[in-house]
Amino acid sequence: MNIHEFQAKELFKRYGIPFHNGIVARTPDEAYKAAQELYDPIRQFAVKAQVHAGGRGKGGGIKMTATADEVKAFTAKILGKQLVTPQTGPEGKPVDQVLIESTSEIGEEYYASIVLDRSVYQLCLIVSKQGGMDIEEVAHKEPEKIIKQHFDLEAGLSHDDALKAALKLNTDPKSADTLAKVFQAMAKLFVDCDCSLIEINPLALMKNGRIIAIDAKINIDDNALYRLPEIAGWYDPAQEDPREVEARKIDLSYVGLEGNIGCIVNGAGLAMATMDIIKYAGGEPANFLDVGGGANKEKVTAAFKILLRDTNVKAILVNIFGGIMRCDVVAEGIIAAVQDLEKSGLQINKIPLVVRLEGTNVEKGREILANSKLRIIAAASFEEAARKVVESIQ
Amino acid sequence: MSVLVNQKTKVLVQGITGAHGSFHAEKMIEYGTQVAGGVTPGKGGQTVCGVPVFNTMKEAVAATQATASVIYVPAKFAPAAIVEAGEAGIKLIICITEGIPALDMVRIIHWVKKNKIVLIGPNCPGIITPGECKIGIMPGYIHKKGPIGLVSRSGTLTYEAVWQLTQLGLGQSTCIGIGGDPVIGTTFVDALALFEKDPETEAIVMIGEIGGSAEEEAAQFIKKNVTKPVVAFVAGSTAPSGKRMGHAGAIISGGSGKAEDKIRSLEEAGVSVVPSPAVIGRTMEKVYQARYGQKSRSRV
Repeated sequence: MNIHEFQAKELFKRYGIPFHNGIVARTPDEAYKAAQELYDPIRQFAVKAQVHAGGRGKGGGIKMTATADEVKAFTAKILGKQLVTPQTGPEGKPVDQVLIESTSEIGEEYYASIVLDRSVYQLCLIVSKQGGMDIEEVAHKEPEKIIKQHFDLEAGLSHDDALKAALKLNTDPKSADTLAKVFQAMAKLFVDCDCSLIEINPLALMKNGRIIAIDAKINIDDNALYRLPEIAGWYDPAQEDPREVEARKIDLSYVGLEGNIGCIVNGAGLAMATMDIIKYAGGEPANFLDVGGGANKEKVTAAFKILLRDTNVKAILVNIFGGIMRCDVVAEGIIAAVQDLEKSGLQINKIPLVVRLEGTNVEKGREILANSKLRIIAAASFEEAARKVVESIQ
Repeated sequence: MSVLVNQKTKVLVQGITGAHGSFHAEKMIEYGTQVAGGVTPGKGGQTVCGVPVFNTMKEAVAATQATASVIYVPAKFAPAAIVEAGEAGIKLIICITEGIPALDMVRIIHWVKKNKIVLIGPNCPGIITPGECKIGIMPGYIHKKGPIGLVSRSGTLTYEAVWQLTQLGLGQSTCIGIGGDPVIGTTFVDALALFEKDPETEAIVMIGEIGGSAEEEAAQFIKKNVTKPVVAFVAGSTAPSGKRMGHAGAIISGGSGKAEDKIRSLEEAGVSVVPSPAVIGRTMEKVYQARYGQKSRSRV
């Protein structure tokens, strides 16, 4: 789960990671008041749109200004809008709040993050002197400028190891020591709050000598949210694809894509493979959708509803491998789902529906589909299913 | 021969009185697996599917001399169930449970490694040696005894691949579902090492997916250590960056974990990587015949 910058900084506060004083505003008036409160004649305001995406500067979501009037004006301009950044996709993400901070002048910009390195079952601190830039680009073009320090989850990040990394960024003993403490605090926060990523980019050495987390990005392990009730409450559905939010409510795993062939599949691996084979056959998948191993009628009905709401979807491919769940039961479920949807006025009969069943009782399942009055295009193999669904919209 | 499990393997079912546990215990027994009993705290003394239920793993192991266990308990309790099994002396633990926090698994895996325990999963379909022993949730009948070892991060996509092999007459020595989580016990490399050593396994199918670098590590291992032919498919070529594709481990993040990089690494290691998941079986048939022709020890 993603959280907002201001929420990540709330966690930073508890772990002693330094950042600029700031106030969250949800109206232009609140923004004006916040600016008055934060006002310092020798400092500037940074007004930052709060969205779950990076690249906000490039997308026009950040404004530096010296006056409370401009803080208010910028807030009024951006609140309620969709912010489009290089990371949001063309539809953008809604700005429901801004974070106003009182900033001073940046000297140097570093990069710092902590991730889980699954291959060695350790955590990894990643730092670079090339802060404030796209770190993927740095890793690609100048990999030698990325410094990695692995550490054990139980033992934590030692001051020695943290300092070793810090000294690669800044050789001044006092700055290096402060950086090391920030890295150690990040490591502790990572473990305590079941993070999957903590990223500070940039982590800045200010001209006044202070170390400040300018930005803050934290991802939390969804599987751990049950024991993090406060953070779980920070879930912001407005930042997610509405189709994904809808699917999540009914416990379906769905990811919207740009294509026009909807897919309903049981199992995540097979669902990915189905997207891949559609592309391989010359089509474009509209989504990833896993109805679960069982693929029962309720799940299939819910899945159809989500796909039909997507106006890009011009054909649907249902690909079910009936293992424990028998194909005849799956076939009856599909028919019942389609009939229910037609009764409720959803125009499922207007778009081609290709069904491929395989596994237990497959003959019986195919017979049930063939004998139904529905316009179902049956496919005997995985390959044929992909070909038929692609042909159906050509 | 086969790897990890055979007709002699005695299994305990942790969470046997739950809906999943009892359903799959029955299916395992039907298949012929030696299910020695089950464990649910507070339900000791009952009988489920004709086998005794114990309160603790320690009691169950003492009474049955089982050496393997399979876990169907909810995610909150699964890490403790793994430790309980290990402390009771179980050396092979298969954890089916989905949804365990990744950092819990990091701690658990350090512990199982220290205690020389083999953990398969979590979030996996389990392991099967066809005709001998099925531990997990996979449909038994799609499998057939034979020379192909199979290792996969997926569930139903594995069934798909197994089914393609079986229909072509290519049976399997053992199929291992290593699971879709980011942090798992047995890895591709572990499974490949077992298959390379197993005299009954003559060729290997490997099914990877986006996220992490397990396929790249497997490629390095294959290049140096695997002499048997390997056919692979990597799911998720069309998956967008930054989105979790169902499995907790299937996510491209920070530019790493892409299918194209995994495919390139595997190809460089001499693996036959199929571009379409529909031709895993047919490709294995070709690769197998090219390598063994009529000299195959197992009859295809």
